[in-house]
Amino acid sequence: MQMPDPNQAIIARKAHLVARLKQVLPEGAVIHSDNEVRAYECDALTAYKCPPLAAVLPATTAQVAAVLRICHEEAVPVVPRGSGTSLAGGALPTADAVILGVARLTEVIETDYDNRFIRVQTGRTNLSVTGAVEQDGFFYAPDPSSQLACAIAGNIAMNSGGAHCLKYGVTTNNLLGVTMVTMEGEIVEIGGAHMDSGGYDLLGLICGSEGQLGVVTEATLRIIAKPEGARPILLAFDANEVAGACVSDIIRAGLLPVAIEFMDRPCIAACERFAQAGYPDCEALLIVEVEGSDAEIDEQLAKIKAIAATHDPVEMRESKSEAESAAIWAGRKAAFGAMGQINDYMCLDGTIPVSELPFVLRRIRELSAEFGLDVANVFHAGDGNMHPLILFDANKPGDLNTCEALGAEILKLCVEVGGCLTGEHGVGIEKRDLMHVQFDAADLEMQVRVKDVFDPGWLLNPAKVFPLDATEARRAARDVPQRQTQDAAIA
Amino acid sequence: MNDVTDTVLTPDTEQQLAEMVRAAHAQRTRLAIRGGGTRPYGNPVRADAVLQTSGLSGITLYDPGALTLVARAGTPLAEVEAALAAEGQMLPFEPMDHQGILGTTGTPTIGGVVATNASGPRRLKVGACRDSLIGVRFVTGEGHVVKNGGRVMKNVTGYDLVKLMAGSHGTLGVLSEVSFKVLPKPQSVATLVWSGLDDGAAVALLAAAMRSPYDVSGAAHDPASGRTLVRIEGLEQSVSYRAQALSQDLSSRGAAQIIEDDSAAIWADIRDARPLCDGQGDIWRICVKPSDGPRVVAAAGGHPALYDWQGGLVWLRMPQGTVLRDRIAEYPGHATLMRGTDKRAFQPEPMPVARLSQGLRTQFDPRGILNSGKMI
Repeated sequence: MQMPDPNQAIIARKAHLVARLKQVLPEGAVIHSDNEVRAYECDALTAYKCPPLAAVLPATTAQVAAVLRICHEEAVPVVPRGSGTSLAGGALPTADAVILGVARLTEVIETDYDNRFIRVQTGRTNLSVTGAVEQDGFFYAPDPSSQLACAIAGNIAMNSGGAHCLKYGVTTNNLLGVTMVTMEGEIVEIGGAHMDSGGYDLLGLICGSEGQLGVVTEATLRIIAKPEGARPILLAFDANEVAGACVSDIIRAGLLPVAIEFMDRPCIAACERFAQAGYPDCEALLIVEVEGSDAEIDEQLAKIKAIAATHDPVEMRESKSEAESAAIWAGRKAAFGAMGQINDYMCLDGTIPVSELPFVLRRIRELSAEFGLDVANVFHAGDGNMHPLILFDANKPGDLNTCEALGAEILKLCVEVGGCLTGEHGVGIEKRDLMHVQFDAADLEMQVRVKDVFDPGWLLNPAKVFPLDATEARRAARDVPQRQTQDAAIA
Repeated sequence: MNDVTDTVLTPDTEQQLAEMVRAAHAQRTRLAIRGGGTRPYGNPVRADAVLQTSGLSGITLYDPGALTLVARAGTPLAEVEAALAAEGQMLPFEPMDHQGILGTTGTPTIGGVVATNASGPRRLKVGACRDSLIGVRFVTGEGHVVKNGGRVMKNVTGYDLVKLMAGSHGTLGVLSEVSFKVLPKPQSVATLVWSGLDDGAAVALLAAAMRSPYDVSGAAHDPASGRTLVRIEGLEQSVSYRAQALSQDLSSRGAAQIIEDDSAAIWADIRDARPLCDGQGDIWRICVKPSDGPRVVAAAGGHPALYDWQGGLVWLRMPQGTVLRDRIAEYPGHATLMRGTDKRAFQPEPMPVARLSQGLRTQFDPRGILNSGKMI
């Protein structure tokens, strides 16, 4: 994965820049020693590392604005960082970049149950948003696997999903407003506690823009009243195709489970060894969760069982209690850890139309044999968001390259069948060079032009999302925007 | 609302559409974009020709097992809804029909729904049109064909121009194709009706209903009839259980009548703001924090009003020419003039936002030929 060469002139000005940043930030909020900046050299895509020039940890929106104004004046690239859990390299710095971390922005600003929103600073973790309202019967719906650690800022940047978005949607569907600071250091309020935009949907544009349009410091999030209860059923099948058909039938029948999770044999086996969840010996396994009162859950599960029965399941295991629910989820929730214990792995994130599931799983098996690396599949089947895990050995020369090549083939396959490169992790650097598989030049040009509007100097997380050759001229120009002229034109 | 013009362009394919817009860009011909012509609100458009999208018609893909539907922008909304209904599915966001309040007649198109981000009572639970929209194809003001999103419901590949296009009123591009995530039609519906509550009590009741775990899918109040309405949808037994439970939970606020048989007409009236359609005056559509709804109506002078979205969507009919925004300025949100004449049909944006919006317009349509003036 290529990153742009760092600007040596910026690196030479490090002392000057650090001194300026220290003037606007509290003691200890500017990290610049060679040892300490190493903590920010990568995110959860650990295959790529580069210590930044410096890292800053502002504690207020005003401090974020001050930092960005300085970096804008000095023409220094800025890489925003939530908790550093990105699997796509979204927070990977370059040697001439300042990391802007939101870790000290953790306050709850307002909670309003009548209007069902919470306003938080965006360094707050996903799970602690729910933590702030659950005693009053509410929750925040998007639930990425990293929810214990990941920050709302990163969730907004990547438009994160989770297991339960079949019913509740992803971040963008649960975001009502933001306070955002532009690269020029201007504070912008977008949306609020009301619904929808009166003009262009800038909120929708910012969500999922991977920290390239602005730094979001505060967010108004939709909170939802907790359902009375939830229980899963485990369905085991002797073929992936059959499990895929069952998913489709459940959806067609008009049922809307909150989650439909799918695991294939390699994944089931690894989870068994790791978590001893007691999963049946089978080729494919579904965990289907429904919500409501006890009677409502029974009604839905009965319908799901009736549908599954027409597909000759190896086993159906309906949870009747909290303990049984936990046992059913135990293996699934341990899946990534289980894989990590066996091997290094790369987690892909393509989405496919649900109807293409059997074909795609068959092709992945063929590709896996062709490249000589095992692939385990665990994913959100209801919405077609796949997470093939490619197992490789980081210590074996060439294995990472083979793994990336196989990953690219699988993602191309997802696009070919009508899907996309990434369903919830984001492009970052990981899928950057595959963007042309999904988009042609005109498609990419309009996205790039959006960045031109928000960050004309191309300083904010500039080497992400778009193939480097598509943005090279813009990154090279780094021209200072003609703000006054623009304002005059509108007035 | 448009300048009188005789020229009507009617492309039959996306390619023709792109050629026409390219030519218009080259000749600086300003185009008024028209789907079914049933939603012509906004500022007057300065145009030299009409670009009519009705030739771009037809459902191009419908995969009920994946809950996805793709249609060309000029496809009649009714055709989309009929195809979905045949499979027991629906557009989740209940798009409103503007013909009542605007006094228009025509065939609403799916592209028009997207261009106006038209949503109805269920918006409260499942989101607006923009939340169900998962893909677009459109032609920019320079005549380039651009796609964004696709046909899968989880997709974070690149920037989300899909949401940007929703509600952009044809000023950033001409939609040629739109994709949706759809939902199963509820098997059963119950509507709880309270009578005689004042606006404040009604909106407080709606907030309490939304705080319950009973998955409410509609929360409206019609001061004219004095009825406060809460809708519950889903599987049959579940609906009657939740309706009973909610009615019991809220019994201290008044006794609810539960309508178990067809209440579709009640919700269609709310969706289309029917109670306000008749009578003279300007019609405003206001989005605020739900609990601010009654305060907004009071500040406006208590004129005929209708509340949807728990109070977060307020419809008001005001004497012609009322400068409403000044009266309700202290309540964050936005007010759109749907019917009437005012210099600015859309809420004026504060400076940083206005500059970003203007910047986007310039990038997507550098010569300002698409629905020129409509949103400014």
